[in-house]
Amino acid sequence: MSLSSLEFQAASAESAPEQAIEGRSQWQLTRRRLLHDKVAIASIVVILVMVILAITAPLFASLTGHAPDQAFTNTGTTSTGAPVGPGTHGFLLGTDYIGRDLFIRILYGARISLFVGIVTTAIATLAGVSIGLIAGYFGGWVDTVLARFIDTVLAFPYIVLALALAAIFSPSLTIVIGVISFFSWAGISRIVRGQTLSLKEKEYIEAARSLGAGPWRIMFIDILPNLLGPVLVLATLYIPIAVIFEATLSFLGIGIPEPTPSWGSILAEAQNYYTVAWWYVVFPSVALLVTTLAFNLLGDGIRDAMDPRTERIFAAGSQRRRSRRRPSVVSAFSAAGPSAEFPDPPRQPMPPTP
Amino acid sequence: MGLARFLVRRILTGIVVLWIVATGTFLLFFTRPVAVVARELAGRSATPQVISEVIRNLGLNLPLRVQYWHFIDATAHGNLGFSYYSQVPVKTILAEDLPITASVVVGGVVLWLIVGLTVGVISATRARSLFDRVATVGVLAGLSMPIFVLGELLIIGVFLPLNEHGITWIQTGYAGLSTGVIPWMGHMILPWITLATVQAAVYTRLSRGSLLDTMGEDYIRTARAKGLSERRVILRHGLRAALTPVVSQLGIDIGALLGGVIVVEQVFSLPGLGFDSVQAIDTGNLPVIIGFVLLASAFVVVANIIVDMAYALLDPRVRIA
Repeated sequence: MSLSSLEFQAASAESAPEQAIEGRSQWQLTRRRLLHDKVAIASIVVILVMVILAITAPLFASLTGHAPDQAFTNTGTTSTGAPVGPGTHGFLLGTDYIGRDLFIRILYGARISLFVGIVTTAIATLAGVSIGLIAGYFGGWVDTVLARFIDTVLAFPYIVLALALAAIFSPSLTIVIGVISFFSWAGISRIVRGQTLSLKEKEYIEAARSLGAGPWRIMFIDILPNLLGPVLVLATLYIPIAVIFEATLSFLGIGIPEPTPSWGSILAEAQNYYTVAWWYVVFPSVALLVTTLAFNLLGDGIRDAMDPRTERIFAAGSQRRRSRRRPSVVSAFSAAGPSAEFPDPPRQPMPPTP
Repeated sequence: MGLARFLVRRILTGIVVLWIVATGTFLLFFTRPVAVVARELAGRSATPQVISEVIRNLGLNLPLRVQYWHFIDATAHGNLGFSYYSQVPVKTILAEDLPITASVVVGGVVLWLIVGLTVGVISATRARSLFDRVATVGVLAGLSMPIFVLGELLIIGVFLPLNEHGITWIQTGYAGLSTGVIPWMGHMILPWITLATVQAAVYTRLSRGSLLDTMGEDYIRTARAKGLSERRVILRHGLRAALTPVVSQLGIDIGALLGGVIVVEQVFSLPGLGFDSVQAIDTGNLPVIIGFVLLASAFVVVANIIVDMAYALLDPRVRIA
């Protein structure tokens, strides 16, 4: 009897018209909001263009016949040995100090920048999430040791270590990736640890445990999916940081070794040619700025799209416009930017305990 | 009483940290094969005789713990060795460079805090206004801007055109305070702006968010209910609490600051600590590198003590002891 009524309910649920109320997952909502964000779409387009240009750099090199480290001493430099300007002798963006094609070098520089940015962020995210989960979930002495280690790494003057390492080992791509990854995971760990600390007290975790789930299953199957939002935002914001980091190391001569072009080392060489070759400074700078800005804007866009408070903010905004003289509404404005749930990439250890 | 105990404890921890850094540097540099170290210490063009002499003179053939004791002993007595090339004591080099680096750091930090906090507070009090929107865009641009890019753009966009038109106040390179305050500032203004802009972005964002959160607190409502002017509520009640995360951020940014200083000195050819240490790496000048690493660590330790004291001053819940 009761069985048949259950069956009846199930059957009617199946045959119910599908469009009645459509459930939307958080990710669907996020995607919808992101697609309405013009700035975020523009950033995605810019990033895609950059990636395509980086991948097809050899194609451009063979089209122009200019290899990235090929010096054109006759056509690429003036009679006084200075770089030639954009558009002369088929050099789209001019040449550098020994007559290499700046356009091709910038394209190859994009390969290095994007590769380092994405690889280090991937390593840092994997390490950061795992260590943060372990520290937060297990607690006790494991947490004490790991949290202290995280704080130490965050507070360490990275440039000093980079300098010391560069003094001992000759600079290479591997060292650059190693140094950047080492200084990036801790920030992610700290946020993941904090979130895990609060998530593990939730009832559904208790339920999972009572069903006999082991710690690893709880950490990676039950807790991790709830952290993906903030981690995705952080990872997007770490890419431009890593790109700047690599460029800075290369600028100081302790990054990607010559003759591999990197935006940082191109700009370091350009220092001696300020007065004669503006393009030598301007074009690599623009490439670097456009890339980092696009990733930062995209990160902010994803954060705003994920943060459920964003919609309330726009509501509060219009409400404020109607009743201008009520300053208490201000408190609702704190989002659209970093928030407690979606913080900026942290660079600080815990404040001193009260 | 509390302050004295705090200082003693922090200075002791600081010494431990410096000892760890010194040991780490020692291990990094001296536990490699003797021949490699000796070649580095003797210079690039040393003959085998010179190298074996260096090994004997420096006691590189001694057991590691004896060498370690010598190294720590010399360092503790302030003897940091001599530059390979000029034979000048490293201590002298560091002392000569310090005023230049200090000029960059002090001016840069003052400018970045003033700009960052002012813009942050105005943005927070006028959230969603035109100013706030422009500031938000500016902050993102600042966050995306590598220091050396801004420096180079300032040189070709400001320094070169001005000098072409006969305005020579703004200069690159360094002029000491002894040449007068005005020329000194002329040499320093671009490095300050460069250092400050990138960092100010972070502080604008931080102080804006922090003040917005604080302004929602109950005690702010109480202050308003007492009939205080909005300016007084913000400056006396809101800002004080909002500043605590900013100050704790400052403690960490000292590390980032060092990196920034190295880059700024490189861009504007200021012969300070950062400039010389990068050169020391190019030429493999080991004693100078070690001296720089130790001095940088000492600076971070001292700066963190100062920041923690400022923190306790702002937030009465934090007691230093």
